[in-house]
Amino acid sequence: MDRQIPIIDIQHLTRRFNGKAALDDVTIQFPRGHVFGIVGENGAGKTTLIKHILGLYRAQQGSVSVFGMDPVRRPKEVLSRIGYLSEQPDFPEWMTIAQFMNYMGAFYAKWDASYAAKLVEEVNVDPHKKIGELSKGQQARVGLCAAQAHRPELLVLDEPSSGLDPVARNEILAAVIRTVVEDGRSVLLSSHLLDEVQQVCDHLLFFSQGKVLLSESMEAVLEKHYQISVRISAPLAWQALPGVFKATQDGTEWQLFCFADIAQLTNLLKQQGAQILDQRRLSLNEAFLARSPQRHILSEVA
Amino acid sequence: MRSIHLNLHLSQSSGVPPYLQIVSQVKQLIASGRLSVDQELPAIRVLAEKLLINPNTVARAYRELEAAGWLYTKRGAGSFVAAGTTSFSAETCRRQIKERVRSLLTEAGHMNISTKDLIKLIREMDDAASKGE
Repeated sequence: MDRQIPIIDIQHLTRRFNGKAALDDVTIQFPRGHVFGIVGENGAGKTTLIKHILGLYRAQQGSVSVFGMDPVRRPKEVLSRIGYLSEQPDFPEWMTIAQFMNYMGAFYAKWDASYAAKLVEEVNVDPHKKIGELSKGQQARVGLCAAQAHRPELLVLDEPSSGLDPVARNEILAAVIRTVVEDGRSVLLSSHLLDEVQQVCDHLLFFSQGKVLLSESMEAVLEKHYQISVRISAPLAWQALPGVFKATQDGTEWQLFCFADIAQLTNLLKQQGAQILDQRRLSLNEAFLARSPQRHILSEVA
Repeated sequence: MRSIHLNLHLSQSSGVPPYLQIVSQVKQLIASGRLSVDQELPAIRVLAEKLLINPNTVARAYRELEAAGWLYTKRGAGSFVAAGTTSFSAETCRRQIKERVRSLLTEAGHMNISTKDLIKLIREMDDAASKGE
């Protein structure tokens, strides 16, 4: 495979539903061998983006390329190299696990039946049980086996952990890590469980209202998000400070939320006469809450 | 020497990047003598699968440790504990523990747990731990 071509290349993608933009001029490139986390509030455009990658939606404006191909025009070539699990998988409930794996195997030329059997064995359920008789967690784990047994170059997981027990959630994380330790394989994980995203992803895409708000390495996300408490008697034009995206004021004390080079920013603040009271790193969860537009309203009420 | 299991605990809520947590915990293990010179650390992918974290995070931690002289790598072999890294003196160990005890005492005080009860609790936990082994 050609390592130079990005695994996913999306250019200026815009998608409207009833005139409302679900995706608004989105441009992203995913190189191979990484785990991409997509986060964003409900309705931010995460699933719409994934449906474009799978070729389920045609690009209205802009372009989508997966493995260097248009997934709408060449669905067979693209989908044969992708493993996919969604939040509410539509499994045939009347099939047994064994029948279901056989059925899925028929779609993929590269299906590895012995690997599939090994994965199913780890789920620890009788393979003659019907899919409909399984718990939600077990169904997700079986779905995950089916998504991995052809050793896809790209594993796409859309909110896979929603409503699952810790065992099933850990199984999903293990699958992500397994995929990426094998050279050149990649994962796209959309989730609102930010601890998990922080744990396994090395690149973060933050969506809000159809736009890419932030696309950075996870390292940068964790190292550059800070909350700084300052005291300043003069008015503070915080919008002009580099990297500060939110500020709250209580008298002469300010809380600044930023994504910035912290040393540079605190120097700048000192030059303006501010006294630095405290500075601390934000976890991904805290950074997400500080950045989410909806949460501002909630925090003002509280 | 054989590579060993690294008993690391990562917290996702602390705001400290996971690679830094690995770096400081491995340093602790080396400095306290739990990891000895020339001992092999787990392979990056092995540790990543065990901790369920991105292998790049582990690789970054190993790189930092190597750059700071705590580890050395043999091409194609793995990462090993370097010689000459200062292990903590008995005095340093004592000082570190004292700091931990001080914060424990403060916390217990806030929760109205007497020092006597705290000592009793420590004994009980120690007994349970030694029985468990």
